[in-house]
Amino acid sequence: MIFAIALILLVIGSVAFHFFSPWYLTPLASDWSTIDDTINITFWITGAVFVAVNLFMAWCVVKFRYKKNTRSHYQPENKKLELWLTGLTALGVAAMLAPGLYVWADFVNPPEDADILEVVGKQWQWSYRFPGDDGVLGTVDTRHTTAANPLGINPNDPNGQDDIIVATGDLHIPIDRPVKMLLRSQDVLHDFAVAEFRVKMDLVPGIVTYLWLTPTVLGTYDVLCEELCGIGHYKMRSQVVVDTQKGYSAWLKTHPTYAQTVAGTGPASNIGLSLVEKGRRLSQSSGCVACHSIDGSAGVGPTWLGLYGKTETLADGSTVVVDEAYLKESIVSPNVSIVQGYAPIMPPGNFTDEEIEALIAYTKEGVGSGS
Amino acid sequence: MAIVTHDADEYVAPAAIPEMELYHPKTWLGRYVFSQDAKVIAIQYACTAIAIGLVALVMSLLIRVQLGWPGAFDFIDPSAYIQLVTMHGMIMVVYLLTALFLGGFGNYLIPLMVGARDMVFPYLNMLSFWVYFIAVLVLVASFFVPGGSSGAGWTLYPPQAILPGTPGSDGGIILMLVSLALFIVGFTMGGLNYVVTVLQARTRGMTLMRMPLTIWGIFMATVLALLAFPALFVSAIMMLLDKIIGTSFFMPAIISMGEQLDYSGGSPILFQHLFWFFGHPEVYIVALPAFGIVSDLLSIHARKNIFGYRMMVWAIIIIGALSFIVWAHHMYVSGMNPYFGFFFATTTLIIAVPTAIKVYNWVLTLWRGNIRLNVPMLFAIGFIFTFVNGGLTGLFLGNVTIDLPLSDTMFVVAHFHMVMAVSPVLVVFGAIYHWYPKMTGRMLDDTLGKFHFWVTFLGTYAIYYPMHYLGFLGVPRRYYALEGTNFIPESAASLNEFISIAAIVVGAVQLVFIYNLFISYYRGKEAGDNPWEATTLEWQTADTPPQHGNFGEQLPLVYRWAYDYGVPGATQDYIPQNVPPSKASSGVDNAE
Repeated sequence: MIFAIALILLVIGSVAFHFFSPWYLTPLASDWSTIDDTINITFWITGAVFVAVNLFMAWCVVKFRYKKNTRSHYQPENKKLELWLTGLTALGVAAMLAPGLYVWADFVNPPEDADILEVVGKQWQWSYRFPGDDGVLGTVDTRHTTAANPLGINPNDPNGQDDIIVATGDLHIPIDRPVKMLLRSQDVLHDFAVAEFRVKMDLVPGIVTYLWLTPTVLGTYDVLCEELCGIGHYKMRSQVVVDTQKGYSAWLKTHPTYAQTVAGTGPASNIGLSLVEKGRRLSQSSGCVACHSIDGSAGVGPTWLGLYGKTETLADGSTVVVDEAYLKESIVSPNVSIVQGYAPIMPPGNFTDEEIEALIAYTKEGVGSGS
Repeated sequence: MAIVTHDADEYVAPAAIPEMELYHPKTWLGRYVFSQDAKVIAIQYACTAIAIGLVALVMSLLIRVQLGWPGAFDFIDPSAYIQLVTMHGMIMVVYLLTALFLGGFGNYLIPLMVGARDMVFPYLNMLSFWVYFIAVLVLVASFFVPGGSSGAGWTLYPPQAILPGTPGSDGGIILMLVSLALFIVGFTMGGLNYVVTVLQARTRGMTLMRMPLTIWGIFMATVLALLAFPALFVSAIMMLLDKIIGTSFFMPAIISMGEQLDYSGGSPILFQHLFWFFGHPEVYIVALPAFGIVSDLLSIHARKNIFGYRMMVWAIIIIGALSFIVWAHHMYVSGMNPYFGFFFATTTLIIAVPTAIKVYNWVLTLWRGNIRLNVPMLFAIGFIFTFVNGGLTGLFLGNVTIDLPLSDTMFVVAHFHMVMAVSPVLVVFGAIYHWYPKMTGRMLDDTLGKFHFWVTFLGTYAIYYPMHYLGFLGVPRRYYALEGTNFIPESAASLNEFISIAAIVVGAVQLVFIYNLFISYYRGKEAGDNPWEATTLEWQTADTPPQHGNFGEQLPLVYRWAYDYGVPGATQDYIPQNVPPSKASSGVDNAE
């Protein structure tokens, strides 16, 4: 009896939890309401089966509990009942599958007029690229990838010259415009996921994958990497801003084209900036901040907040005072003197002396000063 | 009036082949360590699997501590966290569940339930265990190499598995792959044994369609494993070659941490196809033995024949066959050609039909039964409940469209734990409470057993049911911390804390179970030969626990199927398989 009551309470509790708990789908911000509909259809059908099967079972547990001197009903088979149940199940399955396939057909066929943009992942940061005035993305190859050309754009491809590069920071997309995102990874698997958009897709090194959506609600949404990509996986974040057409155009103008980055001109050029500001920008575009937090929070590498002047204990047990010399060594040959508790995984920084100076200036004076 | 039973026959065909000679050990070492008796090997397999499983259980608690109270333990840093996640998953799926169901229950039950003296290749069977044991040792060794064990996730996806941004990308991953290869070698030796024993060494009268469903489940799971593990074996070897000698099977041109690597032209998705060609059947390698065992537990303790036996057998076979053409439902958002989604969503949802039939037949076995709610039965019914829940959420993830929002979230974690962790483990517990009396001659303590059941059943449901809803929110899996994620409300952290508390309680209560295993061995109630009044052959042995060779002088002859419970007109409410129709009913009934 207690067991049957427990089963019934579990069924009621599960249903109540579904309807009354505060946790359910994050509010939708794209036109993929069809995905939510498919989920709801599936919920109704599976929910009905869940309730029916378990309540029937609970009833059986009470009704047919052990009694001395009784025997069970000897009935090895019941063809008719089995056929009915099979048929009904097949019908229920079809009712869930059909909308699923219908919506999937939508997902695999982006509209012809969708805007194009490229999402590039690497451990552990996101970059974006827009096709520029010609509407065509230039070709890329890992062989072209350098610190100055982080996305590996083919310098000889005329289509690539006007590509707009968002090496770091937020992504803006205009509201109510279908956008097809081409996804590409430079190192390992990643996954571009925005909960409010519902769709996600892996980034796979060596190939280009895609997803598409039409954003419908203005706002700022978190971009998460949802395919395990190493130690910094949980820190691989970005934000996507669903913007007005006007705001989007203005935002796009603040980013350089590929040709401008090569020439060192354009909206994001470093000319005339303070050393600390140069360091700040460099720390973002080079991905330092993916591992080194600037607010004191734990990360893959030591935080930069309060780092300068601090005494660190190294992996071999010795101590070192963090000064300019130590910082420089840690940038150029990062794995020589590792701070205790961290893995020797940082790539050597391929920077000019001036850039190193800027980075040191930023860690020294910029971090934590609100600069 | 003669009694009418489903499948009974007075005539038993003569033996086609002579009985096998058994190797009788001459030393203590031969009897207990390098034993060739399947029952001893079964216990060796089970103890090793449970021991390493307990390590993985502790790991899961550490994972939950980090998720419930982020940063509570200094030693759980981002690296350690994904190492815990990786090793917990791999150990539980392969080294615990696969080894326990097939190496443990398979070895113990196959010869006894089909009426054989032993496995047909006893020496190979012994080797199987020892190779498995070495595989476990190699896996454990990977904790202690520089860099620690692999942190690539239990799916071991390249490229990250062998690149420096992932913990354990040197010694850790190499030992992991070597250990898997060894496991597969060991399993193959055992697996061939199980299959050949079922096909060739059944006693006279034990037709395939009279076999208990436990044996059908283990048999079919073994067939699946023999066909699926080679895919994992080759992918382990290929990844080792990529890692050690620089081939590019799975490695395209890559810039890792700012450095151009020498790889080019390989395909990370190829690995995923190979992995899941193994990985999906693996789900059924664990599930089918559980299906089989639970069918028998339900029938025995409900004192009723299993409902729709033939349908149950065919469902096992169909599920097994279909399990080989659904693998890419793990890869809907992997970047494979998205058109595959149509095919794999369809096959995946079709597999729900035979699975649902099994559920109906379990419930219909209870219907009009005479249910004894003892501890094995509690676990069996608990299994139906959690399996229905976990099976239904599979219809979300299998339906390609719904996988878009839910893939890689906590919904997936909740789903596969419900269906592949909680459900089979409830069956494992039920099975241990059920067969422990045969293995030791003593009953497990009932009060402790009930306490163990209630906390485990309610506790695991409290862990995994709410977890689905974290997935709906969009909480990603394999995340060390969620800090700074705006769309996740504060309340999700309290829910995580609740889940962690439930997990710690459930984890702690398993100690009660272990205690029960020990204490009952010495103080448990004497069980007798057939405490559950069951029909299958293992309960009809001359001795309990059975001697080497299982049956006395004569192998039992089988006259009927395994489910003659509540047969009208019979003297008892059960008729063992080795009782001929002429002896099943009282003299009056027989007189005609």
